[in-house]
Amino acid sequence: MSDEKTTTDYSEMSIDPTAAEMLKIAEECEIETVFSRSREIKPCSTGATGGCCKLCAMGPCRLIGKYERGVCGATRDTIAARNFVRQVAAGAAAHSDHGRDVALTLQAIAKGEIEDVAIADVVKLAKVAGYMGIEAAGKDVNTLTLEVAECALAQYGQQTGELVYIPRAPVKRQELWRKLGVVPRGIDREIVEAMHRTAAGTDQNYQSLLDGAVKCALASGWGGSMLATDLQDILYGTPSPVRSSANLGVLSEDKVNILIHGHEPLLASMIIDATQEPEMLTLAESVGAKGINIAGICCTANESLMRKGVPPAGNMLHQELALLTGAVELMVVDVQCIFQGLSEVATHFHTKLISSSPKACVGDSERIVVDEHHPRDAARAIVRAAVENFPNRKDVHIPKVSEPLVAGFSHEYIRYMLGGKMRASLNPLNENIVNGKIRGAAAVVGCSSPRAVQDYAVVNVVRELIANNVLVVVTGCAAITSGKHGLLTPETMAFAGESLREVCETVGIPPVLHMGSCVDNSRILTLLADVAATGGLGDDIAGLPAVALAPEWYSEKALEIATYAVASGAHVIFGGVGSPVENSPVVKDYMIDGWTERYGGSLRFIKEPQDMVAATLDLIDNARKALKIDVAQERVLFDMDMRRELSV
Amino acid sequence: MSKIIASAAIRGAHSIFERTEAKLARAKESFGADAAIELPNTGYYLPVIYGLIGEKVEKLSDMDKVLGYAKDLLPEVPTENLWLPYLGTTLDAGIATLLAEECHEALTYLDSDPPPVTELWLGAADDVIMRAKGVEFVDGSAPGFAAVVGAAPDNATAVRLAREMQEKMLYVFMAGHDGGVSFGEQLEAEGVQLGWDTRLVPFGKEVYSQIYSVGFATRAAMAFGGVQPGDYERILAYNKSRVFAFVLAMGTVTDEWYATAAGAISYGFPTIATSDIPQILPTGVCTYEHVVSNVTCDELVQRAIEVRGLKIKVLDVPVPVSYGPAFEGERVRKEDTYAETGGQKSPAFEWVRTLDAAEVTDGKIEVVGPELDEIEEGSAFPIGIVVDVAGRKMQSDFEPVVERQVHHMLNFAEGVLHMGQRDLIWIRISKVAKDKGFKLHHLGDILHAKFLDDFEAIVDKVQVTIYTEPAKVEEMRELARVSYAVRDERMAGLTDDTVEVFYSCTLCQSFAPSHICVVTPERLGLCGAYNWLDAKTSNELNPAGPNQPIDKGTCLDTKTGEWAGVNQFIAEKSGGAVERMTCYSLMDNPMTSCGCFMAIIALMPMCNGVMIVNREYAGMTPSGMKFSTLAGTIGGGVQVPGFMGIGRGYIASKKFMSAEGGLGRVVWMPKELKESMRSSLGPRMEEMGDPGFLDRIADETVGETEEAVLEFIAANGHPAPAMDPMF
Repeated sequence: MSDEKTTTDYSEMSIDPTAAEMLKIAEECEIETVFSRSREIKPCSTGATGGCCKLCAMGPCRLIGKYERGVCGATRDTIAARNFVRQVAAGAAAHSDHGRDVALTLQAIAKGEIEDVAIADVVKLAKVAGYMGIEAAGKDVNTLTLEVAECALAQYGQQTGELVYIPRAPVKRQELWRKLGVVPRGIDREIVEAMHRTAAGTDQNYQSLLDGAVKCALASGWGGSMLATDLQDILYGTPSPVRSSANLGVLSEDKVNILIHGHEPLLASMIIDATQEPEMLTLAESVGAKGINIAGICCTANESLMRKGVPPAGNMLHQELALLTGAVELMVVDVQCIFQGLSEVATHFHTKLISSSPKACVGDSERIVVDEHHPRDAARAIVRAAVENFPNRKDVHIPKVSEPLVAGFSHEYIRYMLGGKMRASLNPLNENIVNGKIRGAAAVVGCSSPRAVQDYAVVNVVRELIANNVLVVVTGCAAITSGKHGLLTPETMAFAGESLREVCETVGIPPVLHMGSCVDNSRILTLLADVAATGGLGDDIAGLPAVALAPEWYSEKALEIATYAVASGAHVIFGGVGSPVENSPVVKDYMIDGWTERYGGSLRFIKEPQDMVAATLDLIDNARKALKIDVAQERVLFDMDMRRELSV
Repeated sequence: MSKIIASAAIRGAHSIFERTEAKLARAKESFGADAAIELPNTGYYLPVIYGLIGEKVEKLSDMDKVLGYAKDLLPEVPTENLWLPYLGTTLDAGIATLLAEECHEALTYLDSDPPPVTELWLGAADDVIMRAKGVEFVDGSAPGFAAVVGAAPDNATAVRLAREMQEKMLYVFMAGHDGGVSFGEQLEAEGVQLGWDTRLVPFGKEVYSQIYSVGFATRAAMAFGGVQPGDYERILAYNKSRVFAFVLAMGTVTDEWYATAAGAISYGFPTIATSDIPQILPTGVCTYEHVVSNVTCDELVQRAIEVRGLKIKVLDVPVPVSYGPAFEGERVRKEDTYAETGGQKSPAFEWVRTLDAAEVTDGKIEVVGPELDEIEEGSAFPIGIVVDVAGRKMQSDFEPVVERQVHHMLNFAEGVLHMGQRDLIWIRISKVAKDKGFKLHHLGDILHAKFLDDFEAIVDKVQVTIYTEPAKVEEMRELARVSYAVRDERMAGLTDDTVEVFYSCTLCQSFAPSHICVVTPERLGLCGAYNWLDAKTSNELNPAGPNQPIDKGTCLDTKTGEWAGVNQFIAEKSGGAVERMTCYSLMDNPMTSCGCFMAIIALMPMCNGVMIVNREYAGMTPSGMKFSTLAGTIGGGVQVPGFMGIGRGYIASKKFMSAEGGLGRVVWMPKELKESMRSSLGPRMEEMGDPGFLDRIADETVGETEEAVLEFIAANGHPAPAMDPMF
């Protein structure tokens, strides 16, 4: 590499030192990345604020300046809301379709159509069957698996009634949804309806439109996403804590490096298996490699980390940077968050880029579409191709940076870790929130955006929150960000506020818990519903001293998650870029005040990390006040009569 | 859970597990894998194991499965860096520890290594003790227990702590030693009376023996709470909410102590330690803190009570000796006695009478005659204890009820022994009490304080006169005897037909949530503690309390004793679980049972009769089940036709099983029960026209099979075989 100095200040792009190192290489080699392009192309200011309507050929209409209405008469409010609904629908479609594919895999396994694959977690199978009202007793695993898979698939095509998971929400919440008419009937139906509502000349009232967004988002949160999580747990195992490490330093100098990137864990899990096969290891040895190393990017990384401890090489903004190391023999991608620029970056190196999903052909990549009935064949072909590509490596530049981490906090494990096998419950969590040792909880989720300084907002928000005794859970790219910056180790408790640290010491946990991929935000819904059911903190998700944040969001999926979180009763704060409904102050305010009144949750867009933290603490403290737990709790001593009142 | 504690507990769990595994292997080698293994006289097998995981351990090879279960729970010790969460795994290690410890201790009953029972160490509590003492946890007279591990810094402190806990009515369960010295041995060395009766219970020298505390607690959940074996969630939840126990760790906390304490935490029992170990203050598994350390012996008991969340009401009685129910079971031996009264050695009586308020000077205590220090050591002196009470709500019906409490009130004083009632009392006062300054005047102080406290709702003023002047004693005794006779007449006239209300009793609902007793004049509560007058008094004392009047309403069936009002009450209070209940039938909607019954009636189908077994009887019965097993079958508030828990007194009632033909149905009773009932059954047998009937009833000397009983009753002209079929 050349030593010629560049003038670019990489600290404006990322706080991750590996990013600076790689971006320097990119700049020197004149390779474009998402970072450089984002400096070139400014966002369309009308589109960014939801002011552009391009639904029909009378437009596109840009409602800026003096224009209050489009050609058809649509107002700023209508257009902002309508664009938002479409974004939510796209996000819901992505997450839910992911769930559908898992259900189809499960069905195929139950029918014996996929050889050599068994389900990993029969306990979860029985539990999910219970949620679905399927009697588990006396059934063999295949029969039960088939019934669960078919019930899951039926959720997609169902036309009337309610999704089978709706009763998992607190009773009060269900009643509210029914009263407001936003209970999703079928997953596909709500997504289609959202698209129909927003078709030219259909729904025009912003409140009605946003209820449509809610119904569609709920169909994902309490439907498609939750099914994806549950069924993946059945297939691959419910996560429990694993050790690993994160960042580009997990790539190996002397082993074959395979990167798995995207969202669906099926092929990834097969690839992981294939890398262990003696035949592949012998092949690797024959090409001079010391073995086969597998690492992840984005949510495939999270799925594989949570269950198998596969190290994440980085979050989504690292996808091109990883290839810039020159050390990646092969990157296999499936769906969602895969930059088209990847294939251009790959051409500068020996890296093979393989698209594996029938739904997504990425850039100019090679395509090995996985036959869903014979996934092992594809996995072996991919590993073989990677190994055979090892001799083509040229210059390798792997930053020596990675941080250890602990991940794997499924909702089930959180219950277990608080009481062991026999006393598993969330009671200790609730009690320590009530007694104030834990001030509140925050879910820091979402993406990583080149429009902000990579990792800056997530890291600062997480650090500041734990310092203020707020327990943090993370998912998606925000989780990988936390891992890269050393926030997922139990030793991180040293940076937590004193009382939160005491709880962390008691349980042996980091103050920041990695709960999975972005589809696994459904785990947070389950956790919140369980917190409400455990008692002491009201009887609904609304009113809990808990806030969700996506400090560096970029994807439509993030807006969908935000919407189902709000509808479930959570306050949500988005950071980084501004509001996608900025062009309509009415809609923007409605998402704060109107939604608070209607759902007990809200969505607000706050740019700076310190302001996000301040708003989070405010929301938490207000909730504590409303729950009357803002003052020290008196120690109650129990006499015989009081004991008789205690439940057993 | 600090990592230090977690690591130590997990290491301790592994060590206990390995020691148990090795002990089991040795036992199998010596005795064979099929050798029977049991703890003495319990229907709950190894109760912690049975309760938590539902396994019935009956022979050595049954322990394999238990240890397999324990092994699966045993976690790795947390790593130095980048450790995985350890609270859940440590609690699992604690459960594994308990499972292993119970196997270990049961094995000592087989291999005597060490002997589980010695002169000092009592070993496991059998079901008789568990039920008898369990009732005290039910009615609140024992607010909880302290599991003491280790030893106090010196013997004097040990005695002081023991007395403090006794005064607070706590049971003290001792096991484990600190560097070879144990709390139990310290108390023994100081001559403190140990045993279940004084609430100071030495289980064993090693910490493993604390498993007997846990076994006691686990059985309470099954016996009184109706929790099914294997339902670990409810076993543990029951203990957290009902059994207010805690661990006092005194001395150097070893890995094995930590492991055992981790097991206790799952039960909701926190540890309070005297040494400077890490603390676990966040709450959640226990009610409040989990481990509190560095507590001085002076503050130990008070701190423990706060940490467990226990409210104990201790009445401050102005006497120079310790005072509390724990001293009730203390004996005053002849050689320790300073002086005594009654017991056929001298005239003695006690009498509660109701006077007008104007005639009672509250707090006036008078000793008429010589005081204790004027009475010669070793002599028997006469005594008359007259308690005059006044109160707007006092009724003469309450006199016998409150008078019976004099026995307990006086016995609670350390160094005072009281037995009997009315003019058949016997009181001893120990030399130690005398040396501490105890006087007869203090008997009055006790009664004054306790009457006002216990009977606050009905008694406004109390004065006590203690007569020791012989002539005065005789004179007052005559007056008392007139009053006793009036009361007896009144009692004889009280029948189920002459009263309009019965009373419910749900005193034990804290332990047995689904059972409701119906107390009638002719059927006392099944624990034997509450008759109709007691219930009536109790309702007056505490109108919202556990004894509620039941308007009996229309009689639906005179034979079985079924009333519309009773049915309505039961249906309502049981939430519809029980819709009908009869008072006199064993077969037709019999009354449910909690776990506190004194005796059990069980159908003997071949004999066309029933057997009755009292809870003190540990042997096999002709039903094929011991008392403990029978008790496990009928407890928990469900109707089991053919089986019923009763108070002993009910056997002598005219209404005893009258729907099925009454006393004539009884074909078997333990000898001890027969003899103890002989005098009270006299009138019944006269009515039957068969004064020798009792001897036609078989007992254990006849046999423990139904066939043997049948043969015996057939040979002895027992009426049951000729009666109508029972079903």
